[in-house]
Amino acid sequence: MNKHVKITPEIVAEHGLTAEEYERVKRALGREPNITELGIFSVMWSEHCSYKSSRVWLKKLPTKAPWVIQGPGENAGVIDIGDGLAAIFKMESHNHPSFIEPYQGAATGVGGILRDVFTMGARPIANLNALRFGSPDHPKTRHLVSGVVAGIGGYGNCVGVPTIAGECTFHASYNGNILVNAMTVGLAPTDKIFYSAAAGVGNPVVYVGSKTGRDGIHGATMASAEFSDDSEEKRPTVQVGDPFTEKLLIEACLELMASDAIVAIQDMGAAGLTSSSVEMASKGGVGIELVLDHVPQRETHMTAYEMMLSESQERMLMVLKPGSEAKAEAIFKKWDLDFAVIGRITDSGHLVLRHQGAVVADIPLGPLADDAPVYERPWEPTPPPAEVRAADMPAPASLGAALTTLLGTPDLCSKRWIWEQYDHMVMGDTVIRPGGDAALVRVHGTKKGLAVTTDCTPRYCEADPRAGGAQAVAETWRNITATGATPLAITDCMNFGNPQRPRIMGQFAACIEGMAEACRALDYPVVSGNVSLYNETNGKGVQPTPAIGGVGLLADIDKRATIDLKDDGHVLALVGETQGHLGASLYLREIAGREEGAPPSVDLTAERRNGDFVRQAILQGKIKACHDVADGGVLVAVAEMALAGKRGATLKAAPAGIPAHAYFFGEDQARYVLEIAPADLPALEASATAAGVPFAVIGESGGQALTIGSEPPISLGELRHTHESWLPSYMGAA
Amino acid sequence: MKARVHVTLKNGVLDPQGKAIQHALSALGFAGVEDVRQGKVIELELTEADEARARAAVEEMCKKLLANTVIENYAIDLVR
Amino acid sequence: MRSAVVVFPASNCDRDMMVALEKLTGRPPLKVWHGDANFPEVDLIALPGGFSFGDYLRAGAMAARSPVMREVIARAKKGVAVMGICNGFQVLTEAGLLPGALMRNAALKFVCRDVHLKVEESQSAFTNRYAQGQVIRIPVAHHDGNYFADADTLDRLENEGQVVFRYCDEAGNASMDANPNGSQRNIAGILNERGNVLGMMPHPERLIEPALGGSDGRGFFESLVEALH
Repeated sequence: MNKHVKITPEIVAEHGLTAEEYERVKRALGREPNITELGIFSVMWSEHCSYKSSRVWLKKLPTKAPWVIQGPGENAGVIDIGDGLAAIFKMESHNHPSFIEPYQGAATGVGGILRDVFTMGARPIANLNALRFGSPDHPKTRHLVSGVVAGIGGYGNCVGVPTIAGECTFHASYNGNILVNAMTVGLAPTDKIFYSAAAGVGNPVVYVGSKTGRDGIHGATMASAEFSDDSEEKRPTVQVGDPFTEKLLIEACLELMASDAIVAIQDMGAAGLTSSSVEMASKGGVGIELVLDHVPQRETHMTAYEMMLSESQERMLMVLKPGSEAKAEAIFKKWDLDFAVIGRITDSGHLVLRHQGAVVADIPLGPLADDAPVYERPWEPTPPPAEVRAADMPAPASLGAALTTLLGTPDLCSKRWIWEQYDHMVMGDTVIRPGGDAALVRVHGTKKGLAVTTDCTPRYCEADPRAGGAQAVAETWRNITATGATPLAITDCMNFGNPQRPRIMGQFAACIEGMAEACRALDYPVVSGNVSLYNETNGKGVQPTPAIGGVGLLADIDKRATIDLKDDGHVLALVGETQGHLGASLYLREIAGREEGAPPSVDLTAERRNGDFVRQAILQGKIKACHDVADGGVLVAVAEMALAGKRGATLKAAPAGIPAHAYFFGEDQARYVLEIAPADLPALEASATAAGVPFAVIGESGGQALTIGSEPPISLGELRHTHESWLPSYMGAA
Repeated sequence: MKARVHVTLKNGVLDPQGKAIQHALSALGFAGVEDVRQGKVIELELTEADEARARAAVEEMCKKLLANTVIENYAIDLVR
Repeated sequence: MRSAVVVFPASNCDRDMMVALEKLTGRPPLKVWHGDANFPEVDLIALPGGFSFGDYLRAGAMAARSPVMREVIARAKKGVAVMGICNGFQVLTEAGLLPGALMRNAALKFVCRDVHLKVEESQSAFTNRYAQGQVIRIPVAHHDGNYFADADTLDRLENEGQVVFRYCDEAGNASMDANPNGSQRNIAGILNERGNVLGMMPHPERLIEPALGGSDGRGFFESLVEALH
């Protein structure tokens, strides 16, 4: 790109800036920008970097607790897990790149979130991912599932971080815009956490990692633009990941971090060199000057514009203490990684770029970062959905037939086909493997474990965004609780449509309010997150999807609970109140073919009370197996416990007053199914009553079938076949 | 000088990737593809100007690293 | 028993192997960097799992040609015990210490799951704590574990007792369904002729305590202690 190119309104529009925003650029500079400067403004003011539509709402989320060391605003959130250790984690979207090139898009998504975490000094110990694909019968879906899963595995497996949990669901609203949200959890000593604020005028600015090429130029602005059907032609802007280099970068950075050389460090993610240099300097309240000739380059004749906008992967920017360059360089050379001093910290408050002897950009940092545009977009509420009464819903031919159907649906079927492509055991600390509620990873060398999960129920969020936002938070809390761990904090990945449509903005606002309410009620703050807007195709948004990643702590992994039934003749008990809520349920969608109704209400007081009761019982060793009740209701929960434990169960018929299908498939919240040895039942029942926790014995474990009341038994073999075969046969039928 | 090394699987070694490609081609309606074998092409920019010496050097490279002669064959093209 | 774990760039089961060796042999192993051909004498050299050099070109190809491997080959020829797990197995075949090659899995996908293995040779340094014919459960995690060798080589391996582990079902049948990667004759692990070099795709170091889902891998390390103490 010629640096003398004339800035026309077309060029401004191609950079995703409005005419008003362009006027603002000119005011900030006191002149017309050159093309490099325009490129820098365009990425810094993109939705992805500036959070311009979401920032006013994100402020409503609670972010503090005594155990929070670092909330939102850094590369990742940090919580104290005791004994001098911190858990560092974040979730991030890579939706648009994954739709265009699923393997590389997903792989680089994993690479990016890993860097966010090890940038802060943490060794990554677990990866998770939350995936939403279009309808299974959409012609692209199979190809996208295959590429995304292979990409996540290809990257995570090579770097040697276990991928231990996640979710994968399907809905037509994602046909043209899938969601690929990746989360990483890492561990660091609390006194060795690294931040991004630059400091020390004259300190060297150092570039490490891979060389810079022309890949991904304009990736950040792409991530903020709606898709149209011709977006497949955007392929060349997708970055290619190199997990081998990432692995070396992890080891080299952690080795350098063990010394005392780093002042500040930031990964080059979206908008690469631009966002990393601007964010580091502006957070530190200093200026920064880079000499672009010193940037390691993979291609020849790269312009300043290209270098500043390149999204080549596996690169980091650091500010070092003076005099420590040689020590740092030796470490990076040992790992065969590029190392170059490319600039200095200044006191100018400006970003100044030099290239081939000339100043090619000179921009005050304020307008690029802290004073970037912020919009209070108009919003309108989602109209309240009509209540669906269970009694008006058709009963199934038989409960068993409905259960079998549900367990073989795309959303409820076993995701083994996916997680067996991920190395979920490397690092030798995976205690609860994928397929249950939360996964549990041991804190290396200790008895402690971190329970991790991702959850969201987009159909609830669409019907009632406030309830849906609260439910997503509550479900992660419940999944963590079901292992015996104490939920500590969350990260969020807010995937929504075009915020310039008031209805979409209203979904966003209400989801945030619901999340905030749940976080407050459960003492479960948000410590990091990411916003992905414009997830829509031809004017139609995806279901609002605030994916939540939760992290909890279990002091002793030997006290953990898992979902598999352990023995015959044990009592099955249901904790929580069952009203038989069928609105927005999977039963309604999959069996009755209706997507309607209000989602179940989220009573956060009951959630906390019931969860605290269950966790305490687990820690007392009174619970043989535990599973939270979510999609598909109680019967699905019991069936999953039976399949995991290779052991059947006999359930009593539904209590009088609730239609059987509503009782067994209703999705009322704050519930758990417990397996209890008969001897422990009286004491547990008594303590439930004392705590005001609804508690009901619903059946008994044993046998090789699931039997409900007087209905004919459903063989576990048949259930397993249905549950396990949908995804492999779907993926196999190419 | 440029050397182009073609590495292919030996006959008799099962090539699951080739099979998958063949299957996909037939699913896309391309009839008459009897077999597919996948290999790789490795391009080397050499400073050596003498063709015989270049060939000998690349031959060594193939035996030592570029091909696994337990399962793979290789062929060398030199391009000026 | 003194042991060493070789670390290549992007080895990623090196820590797991070191933890298992320390825990089960009672002595922390030496960590040897791939560029280091000069390391102290040990009784056992372990090549761990991972994606050495990104698995670029072919899995194990570049690691097999690194300086440390010249030394490993020399010591193996002198009779020092060498074991390669997963990527380590790939390195050993690429280095010519074991016959055959490990190709892309037949299903073309990475596979991570517990598999059952039949102990076909319980007289080796690596398996003496298992019973002949015993069925054990050990995880695999690989993309290129499909063992290939020509028919003569396979026959020789079988006849000389060099096939150590075979993929099987829970009952010990080496069926097609129990084969996770398409390996010929369900071969999961082999020995060299002399019996001092072992390569296997499954990861015994991953299943050494109940908290991780099982302890069947312990016998592997206990065998080494027995043979090399």
